[in-house]
Amino acid sequence: MGEVKKGYVRPLDLKQGRVDMGHGAGGRAMAQLIDEVFARAFANEWLGQGNDAAVLPAPAAGERLVMATDAHVVSPLFFPGGDIGCLSVHGTINDVAVMGARPLYLAASFILEEGFALADLVRIVNSMAAAAREAGVPVVTGDTKVVEAGKGDGVFISTTGVGALPAGRDIGGANARAGDVVIVSGSIGDHGTAILSQRESLAFDTEIVSDTAALHGLIAHLLELVPGVRVMRDPTRGGLATTLNEIAVQSGVGISLEEAAIPVHPQVEAACEFLGLDPLYVANEGKLVVICAAADADAAVSALRAHPLGTEAARIGEVIDDPNHFVQIRTGFGGRRMVDWLSGEQLPRIC
Amino acid sequence: MKYVDEFRDGGLAQKLATAIRAEADPAREYAFMEFCGGHTHAISRYGVTDLLPPNVRMIHGPGCPVCVLPIGRIDMAIGLALARPEVIVCTYGDCLRVPASDGLSMLKAKARGADIRMVYSAADAVALAQANPAREVVFFAIGFETTTPPTALVIRQAEALGLNNFSVICNHVLTPSAIVTILESPEVREIGSVPLDGFIGPAHVSTIIGSRPYAFFAEEYRKPVVIAGFEPLDVMQAVRMLIRQVNEGRAEVENEFTRAVTEDGNLKAQALVSDVFELRRSFEWRGLHEVPYSALRIRARFAAFDAEAKFDIAYRSVADNKACECGAILRGVKKPTDCRIFGTVCTPENPMGSCMVSSEGACAAHYNYGRFRDIPVVAA
Ligand code: SF4
Repeated sequence: MGEVKKGYVRPLDLKQGRVDMGHGAGGRAMAQLIDEVFARAFANEWLGQGNDAAVLPAPAAGERLVMATDAHVVSPLFFPGGDIGCLSVHGTINDVAVMGARPLYLAASFILEEGFALADLVRIVNSMAAAAREAGVPVVTGDTKVVEAGKGDGVFISTTGVGALPAGRDIGGANARAGDVVIVSGSIGDHGTAILSQRESLAFDTEIVSDTAALHGLIAHLLELVPGVRVMRDPTRGGLATTLNEIAVQSGVGISLEEAAIPVHPQVEAACEFLGLDPLYVANEGKLVVICAAADADAAVSALRAHPLGTEAARIGEVIDDPNHFVQIRTGFGGRRMVDWLSGEQLPRIC
Repeated sequence: MKYVDEFRDGGLAQKLATAIRAEADPAREYAFMEFCGGHTHAISRYGVTDLLPPNVRMIHGPGCPVCVLPIGRIDMAIGLALARPEVIVCTYGDCLRVPASDGLSMLKAKARGADIRMVYSAADAVALAQANPAREVVFFAIGFETTTPPTALVIRQAEALGLNNFSVICNHVLTPSAIVTILESPEVREIGSVPLDGFIGPAHVSTIIGSRPYAFFAEEYRKPVVIAGFEPLDVMQAVRMLIRQVNEGRAEVENEFTRAVTEDGNLKAQALVSDVFELRRSFEWRGLHEVPYSALRIRARFAAFDAEAKFDIAYRSVADNKACECGAILRGVKKPTDCRIFGTVCTPENPMGSCMVSSEGACAAHYNYGRFRDIPVVAA
């Protein structure tokens, strides 16, 4: 961190100022930005030491380290229910937590575009710091770069998280077995729809807010009551459909879903209908997919429902034998179809 | 969105399925073509096939505007965008992935530096031109009768606004001429090779043109037409009405979609369209070759907004991939699985033919939603 003597430095204009190339050049301006924006917001003993890396205690004997990283590019940067800052904290915590690990620390790296308003940056960083504090997972090291105007999208944030995995715990995408039950922790498609509703060219009125949330509390609660959970995943980009296809391939199984059982908020359904999108493919940022043995299914659903982030948890399908690893669904209409990998981007229909 | 649920009610679907089974004569086969991609999508998306008896077969027709767009038309847009840096080409999302010449698509051309953008509506294209006065905005307009009025509207708007940096590559095509071509194609006429017993008429298209233009098929070709909405129950109801007509030896135009379609359609929209557009003498369709009087072009009075005239770009026909059976599929002669490269060389990620591009295309619909039916799956 920068060693800037406050008395001789003109403070950053955090109201009107903008990011310029100097803020990434490694000199005084950068030190000042780090000091007045990042260090101030994230304030903790590791970051405060100002070293190039954080020195952290080893996990307890028998525990293993879990590490995940995620780059966040979202447009718009601010959306109903959140912003890129809290999203970047939640996303990485969730990636660590779904392995059954206890998230411990985060690292964050920022790529800022020349001309970006410092006020917006402060807003994002504060939201990130609040999310980290609330989750109890500090940002212990970081980096900042500035790119020329036109070469970025305001701000990109990349976060890396580490966590500790208790001895003997084995949760992973390859563990699903035929006969297991598929559960989601709540309604799907909220985040992606909230984002779309703000896109300049689409902007529609809706009360849908992003579901962005850190799931480690919910997961800890679930694992306490149902330690035998086999697979957990947070269905982010590509939605529930993509996540289940990944699991089917990793585990070498098929999955059969009941459309009528999958929770979707009516507003999300209406928006997807209007845009020609399928909610199964729309992103979530605070939902959990759980696969467990059929015998554990009821316990898992009630454990999830007992937590504020899982009140709408539902059993939505089962794992089947299928050498082709297809995900199928019985439609609410009574027929069957596949829920395939998405090809390309999901684009609104024209006709 | 409650009114939508009514048309997707699983209980009603079961009742309708039972009624269809009771009415379909087990001694004969029924083959109906749903002309429109919206119906293809609904059938696949809701698994409607599972609810129909095995002797009732649905054939996917050429009604996906993206699927019938010939390579050469997309080449025109890509060529323009690559050659002139001042040009922004904008179009609807699905168009971006259609394979064109030289291994390109609009999306791939964009990655090579062409300024090609997705818009959600024709109005967005005009807004883009207003926001970029120093650039040339070219709207690549596609679609059947449904998307034509909005294109006509923006051309008139651009004129009223005095916008001189906005123009349109018009690829609008007409439904009735495509149906005639299918009925006139040698395979279809040859009795037995493609037993087409009737058509499900398009929903949105018919809200514009009305039900009258279909009367001709019913009379001339003795094929019943039932105009239906895009909800799965609409489709099933239409199938039932078609079966009944076939059983009774009738060939009439019936309207299942009375909640939106009238006999005359939307006269205001029709007037708007004919003010701005006129018939092209001939237009090439993917899979159907040249179809006479099957598409629209911008009238000379609006030439300033006609990108083909403004940038002097000409159409050059390009042959489809040799192995591709899109043509036969669009005419209802073959099924996607009859194509040798279906699902192996040709996939939604890497489409060889147009039917694999939009989710409304017959090949993509079968690949994405139905291919599990080709391979038996063992339940746990
Ligand atoms: S599988 Fe591909 S190449 Fe074959 S007919 Fe379909 S779209 Fe054309």
